[in-house]
Amino acid sequence: MTTETVNESLDESHDDEHHDHKMTGIKRWLYTTNHKDIGTLYLWFSFIMFLTGGALAMVIRMELFQPGLQIVEPDFFNQLTTVHGLIMVFGAIMPAFTGFANWLIPMMIGAPDMALPRMNNWSFWILPFAFAILIGSFFMESGAPNFGWTFYAPLSTTYSNGSTAFFVFAVHIMGISSIMGAINIVVTIMNLRAPGMTYMKMPLFVWTFFITAYLLIAVMPVLAGVVTMVLTDTYFGTSFFDAAGGGDPVMFQHIFWFFGHPEVYIMILPAFGIVSTIIPAFSRKQLFGYTSMVYATASIAFLSFIVWAHHMFTTGMPLAGELFFMYATMLIAVPTGVKVFNWVATMWRGSMTFEVPMLFSIAFVILFTIGGFSGLMLALTPVDFQYHDTYFVVAHFHYVLVTGSLFSIYAGAYYWLPKWTGHMYNDSLAKWHFWCSLISVNLLFFPMHFLGLAGMPRRIPDYALQFADFNKWVSIGGFAFGLSQLIFLAVVIKCIKGGDKAPAKPWDGAEGLEWTVASPAPYHTFSTPPKID
Amino acid sequence: MTTKKYESYYVPAQSHWPIVGAVALFMIAFGAGNYVTDIKNDVGGYGGYLLLAGIALVIYMVVGWFSNVINESMSGKYSHQMDQSFRQGMSWFIFSEVMFFAAFFGALLYARTLSIPWLDGEGNNAMTGAVLWPEFTATWPLIKTPDGTETTAMGWYGLPLINTILLLTSSVTAHFAHVALEKNNRPQLKAWLGLTIVLALVFLSLQVLEYAHGYSDEMQLYLTSGIYGNTFYMLTGFHGLHVLLGCIMLIVMFFRILKGHFTPENHFAFQAASWYWHFVDVVWVFLFVFVYIL
Repeated sequence: MTTETVNESLDESHDDEHHDHKMTGIKRWLYTTNHKDIGTLYLWFSFIMFLTGGALAMVIRMELFQPGLQIVEPDFFNQLTTVHGLIMVFGAIMPAFTGFANWLIPMMIGAPDMALPRMNNWSFWILPFAFAILIGSFFMESGAPNFGWTFYAPLSTTYSNGSTAFFVFAVHIMGISSIMGAINIVVTIMNLRAPGMTYMKMPLFVWTFFITAYLLIAVMPVLAGVVTMVLTDTYFGTSFFDAAGGGDPVMFQHIFWFFGHPEVYIMILPAFGIVSTIIPAFSRKQLFGYTSMVYATASIAFLSFIVWAHHMFTTGMPLAGELFFMYATMLIAVPTGVKVFNWVATMWRGSMTFEVPMLFSIAFVILFTIGGFSGLMLALTPVDFQYHDTYFVVAHFHYVLVTGSLFSIYAGAYYWLPKWTGHMYNDSLAKWHFWCSLISVNLLFFPMHFLGLAGMPRRIPDYALQFADFNKWVSIGGFAFGLSQLIFLAVVIKCIKGGDKAPAKPWDGAEGLEWTVASPAPYHTFSTPPKID
Repeated sequence: MTTKKYESYYVPAQSHWPIVGAVALFMIAFGAGNYVTDIKNDVGGYGGYLLLAGIALVIYMVVGWFSNVINESMSGKYSHQMDQSFRQGMSWFIFSEVMFFAAFFGALLYARTLSIPWLDGEGNNAMTGAVLWPEFTATWPLIKTPDGTETTAMGWYGLPLINTILLLTSSVTAHFAHVALEKNNRPQLKAWLGLTIVLALVFLSLQVLEYAHGYSDEMQLYLTSGIYGNTFYMLTGFHGLHVLLGCIMLIVMFFRILKGHFTPENHFAFQAASWYWHFVDVVWVFLFVFVYIL
């Protein structure tokens, strides 16, 4: 088999002290420097976190099934929404994308591994510890963080339930992990491309991760800074966010959202990359407007730095600020529109087939665009005064993060599962997963738009009677969506254990270096770089 | 692109250092979390010990990990491309550090130019000024906070000016050391690098003196003295920690040079330490301007 030959050819370049470089058992995973192993670890970790965060969301939806308080105390409800948000952002979506980056970027650019393999291992293994602290705080005296994933001061400082320190240090570790992961991605792409692969010949997937990694390096340290200020405000008597000492709680929001807005693009740009890989493959056409896609991605990344205060229209700022941030935000619709147009134009007159990766990708294009439109509505300052902190906002960001980011992750997972496992996934089970998810996710999030427009506030465990019917359906959608994800777990386990043997290139329209190696991909690939024309 | 040489890229086999480091970071985070929580609740606990053990473990991990890397480098396993990876990695790490400081500089500038004048009623905030703290007048440095905490401002002459000169000089001597290394003039290299380390240590000692002066009854400039004290100590404190780290790097480089490491062509570690040193120097220039002078 190819695995043996590749491994043999690599032996000479390997450390002599360690002859057996593919250890078995737990040590393989603890000590690994292999990008594929680490990618697998990231993907499994993110899926476990996704189910954990999802379980918290189930409790939230149970509580909101009927008006009145029935299952949880309001304070515990706050802990649920907070930790649900933190887990999904930092534990599910971001590590899943890092897993994709690890598995695929070296194969796509013809590199032997990530540029800094040991640091790669460290980036991953600190994450479970960070989440152990965060989730463990549920079982501490103070309880888990209850101030929202945005940890606005003074909720996280003066009025904290005592969980702030654990929250802060957990976030520090998550930040360190992201920064190291991002540095690794940037260096790998800048330095390890095969000869002849110029920047503008890179797959768009690689481009989007490249730009995302820059965003991470630029803003994760700012998050570290702001959590540090929260820590010193809470425990060491500083007054960064306390007007009595000359600081300002509004300043918290400015610094936080300077991180927080690029962060939302960190969670969607890689999704663009995945979808831009899959749609051409199943339309059997080149991606329409590759160059414009690259520039659109870069423009979105640039704009993400100058729009942060659109999260703060109701917080209060000078009128000029409100106007600037409104117009700058609406400007993002231009490069995003370019992308949506390009995806549609790629499909136009293509010989399309609808395998599961393509189904998720098409659902992505439509549903992400719905999330984009509600984003445009929220960008309008005067309108946002009405929508702010209602379920309309919840609907908006769940459309972009669940039917956007998460759907792209599913699309990518189905697309590359044959490469990862060497087997085809069970198609009918996968289709069940898709259709159940698609229907339930819309039942879950679409009515939230109406709830929000009618004025139902977010992050509150109780609501007025008029919202009862919609909330019942939303909760039913939520439970159905949660259960549907177990189908995915079944598909993946079945696919790892067996199934039809996957050829090196299972999709006839697929392009890229990763399809030139065997399925499953050998443990080491491209120990000598391929030549790109 | 095509002129670049593609040798075989060294991919290390398994390493146990990262997982040691992960456990160490967990001990630091969990220990520190317990420690500060216990202090606030005024109870004793094991947090501090866990924190210290974590720091010790991190040091053990860094020493072990780096000596692996040094051995690999000395035995010629690394290619030019690997060297590039290290260099780029270090540059992006320094960039992330720049952004960390940017958050604190941002807080300083926001407080000075926006929140303090607003508290005094500037712009459309007349009622904020009149209702919240009518006595408050906006000044910078903020020597009297809205709730009445008083302090004194640290001047820029004296110690800070001396420190600026020391650090700027040390950046020049670090550069001379690098030039000497590239010319393979080992005695000069040792002399310039040694001088840089001495300057660094003097800087750090003077910084400690300055803090002692700030915390004296005469000045009463504490970390808790409102936003001026906050930004002063957080910015100079984090800068001081980075100087300490840079200084340790330089000292390690010094001992490696004594052992005969580094050639004019191959000296990434020295380069990284010197980049880092220039970085802490540039941060200090901004500190001197925005924290001390303006």
